[in-house]
Amino acid sequence: MTMPAELFPWAPGREGYYGDFGGAFVPEMLHETLAELRAAFDNARRDPAFWKSYVEVMSTYAGRPTPVTYCDNLTRRFGGARIYVKREDLNHTGAHKANNVMGQGLLVQRMGKPRVIAETGAGQHGVATATMAARLGLACTIYMGEEDIARQRPNVFWMEQLGADVVAVTDGTRTLKDAINACLRDWAESMADTHYVLGTVCGPHPFPQMVTYFQSIIGHEARTQMLDATGELPRRVYACVGGGSNASGVFAGFLDDLSVELVGVEAGGKGIDSGKHTARLAGGKGRPGVAQGYKSVFLQNEEGLMQDTYSVAAGLDYIGIGPMLADLHQRGRVRFESATDSEVVEALRLTMRSEGLIPALESAHAFVAAFREAPSLSSADAVLVNQSGRGDKDIFTVADALGDEGWKDFIRRKAASYER
Amino acid sequence: MTGARTAGLESHVRERLAKKPLLLMAHVVVGYPSLDANWAMLEAMDGAGVDLVELQLPFTEPIADGPSFVKANHDAIQAGTAWRAYFDLTARAATRFSFPILFMGYYNSVFRMGAERFCARLSEAGMSGFILADLPPEEAAELNAMARGRELDPILLMTPTNSPARLAEIGRQASGFVYCTARKGVTGRKTDLSQGVAAFLERCRTATSLPLGLGFGIKTAADVREVRGLANIAIVGTACLEVWEERGADGYRQFLKTLAAETV
Ligand SMILES: Cc1ncc(COP(=O)(O)O)c(C=O)c1O
Repeated sequence: MTMPAELFPWAPGREGYYGDFGGAFVPEMLHETLAELRAAFDNARRDPAFWKSYVEVMSTYAGRPTPVTYCDNLTRRFGGARIYVKREDLNHTGAHKANNVMGQGLLVQRMGKPRVIAETGAGQHGVATATMAARLGLACTIYMGEEDIARQRPNVFWMEQLGADVVAVTDGTRTLKDAINACLRDWAESMADTHYVLGTVCGPHPFPQMVTYFQSIIGHEARTQMLDATGELPRRVYACVGGGSNASGVFAGFLDDLSVELVGVEAGGKGIDSGKHTARLAGGKGRPGVAQGYKSVFLQNEEGLMQDTYSVAAGLDYIGIGPMLADLHQRGRVRFESATDSEVVEALRLTMRSEGLIPALESAHAFVAAFREAPSLSSADAVLVNQSGRGDKDIFTVADALGDEGWKDFIRRKAASYER
Repeated sequence: MTGARTAGLESHVRERLAKKPLLLMAHVVVGYPSLDANWAMLEAMDGAGVDLVELQLPFTEPIADGPSFVKANHDAIQAGTAWRAYFDLTARAATRFSFPILFMGYYNSVFRMGAERFCARLSEAGMSGFILADLPPEEAAELNAMARGRELDPILLMTPTNSPARLAEIGRQASGFVYCTARKGVTGRKTDLSQGVAAFLERCRTATSLPLGLGFGIKTAADVREVRGLANIAIVGTACLEVWEERGADGYRQFLKTLAAETV
């Protein structure tokens, strides 16, 4: 695979801006740190050997290229477009997060910093970062909201086994956004020897650009794979959107193919009208703002205070959205939809039963939209769903949602065996 | 309205510095622990002879603040502190007290309000300027120009991590005075002022002729004494709040007096 072309030519004097969105709004303390990171990243991405070493690491360590799987049973069930799935669940640690993390890990090596920090919501990015740190011999601290720790305990276990220090974040809503704040605060002190491995396409420039760059490996592979498999480009590409990294990555492969419609799927939670969701764009509830280092569309009140967000999928439970996606939405290049918790659980069940695939709850949002729209397309059309991760981590949440009695019994017995 | 604002912040600071070697700036998170408590804090500041006051508008994502201020921001928001309550308090304070009052907060509040309206509201409330913890100068040109048109001073920060070139750039854009952070990190934790602070302030001095304030981790009267001869303004934030919580209103008044005593 060749090095991705220059994805974003900045407008004059607007480095780091995607239309109206992006930028770098950080305390002055971090100014030089971001400048250093920009220089290191620019230097690396202009060096063909760097992209080559990245692809090499991803193939020998992380399982890339991930396949595209044709889903005949689902296709027949919906009786419309042919459904293909890009299998990011097959990455080491079970999600697309590994792409970004290994890429930033290589960059950290070039910068010579001995410590990394990261935020995590679902725990996937935390586990991926801890894996990378273990392999590259870096000290690692993961910040995770107290609420997410309660939801995603198994990932905390793995992070700790991998040697990471997991710090519970107890302020604010105790979720992903608060973990990002905690990282920015740590970094304002520790920047001399620490790199912040931001997990999604948000935060100050150059993070949105850099994370998209590493995640674009998904889209570049997928485009070639679809051409190989079907002889043509897909009609639509679906991806779930938390911060937006898996979506940006898969969309990056098709941005210039105007015949390919790009569809981002946000968490509809308990329904947009219930107020319990994270649909910033699809729900029309988001407002432009500046927080956590970047300008984008946020779920906030009129006075700019961020609102509580909700999703059954911890990885989508976030107030903001990557500035590049906010711009692509504004320009009409990406369409945004939402999927509710109950639609997601139903799509997950169907996908497991029909294809033996186990999407993460986050990824299942993309399946919902594809299933909704497939019947109205023709069998001449192919659609591609990005399965950003695997669902193993969600066993507790899914077992609850499906009301699985056998599992509950098992947990009761297990708990009883730990009684003191 | 105070005479301080129309005289311009820099000349106000310089006039005070002609009478005493060091000024004292104190901080309040508006709405925490309550608006009534804030008023008592302001009265105590007035009584102790505090020279400048920054009033923080709470924000949900205070990335430049440490644990005490983070909690204060969140609790103030929980209690429903909104723009109206904030500006009611600031306007009352500007009428009642003679010290200049600065807005302190995060850029999203300004962005949502709109630069024009933000400047108008500060001006109407009788405030003298503003400190925005997450607005870099390169994003601030329009806002700062608008502010100066209303005789409001944008207070910029210089930090120990800045290169000489960056300090010079900040120096070119600053007005009023410059807020120098005594160490890396966020607000709250104590600073060892013997560790490179003098050399850092030397670098700031090269970059600007404006008065220099020194903040971040200045917590005791002894700290304030140490700032004498180093900078022109000692800035005390978290310590005030912590004293209020630990020692109550009387302890707070006493504390401010001991700090102010080191500035004369
Ligand atoms: C499997 C999976 N998919 C999607 C996401 C959402 O992140 P993003 O929108 O950056 O891809 C997460 C985040 O934790 C995740 O774990």
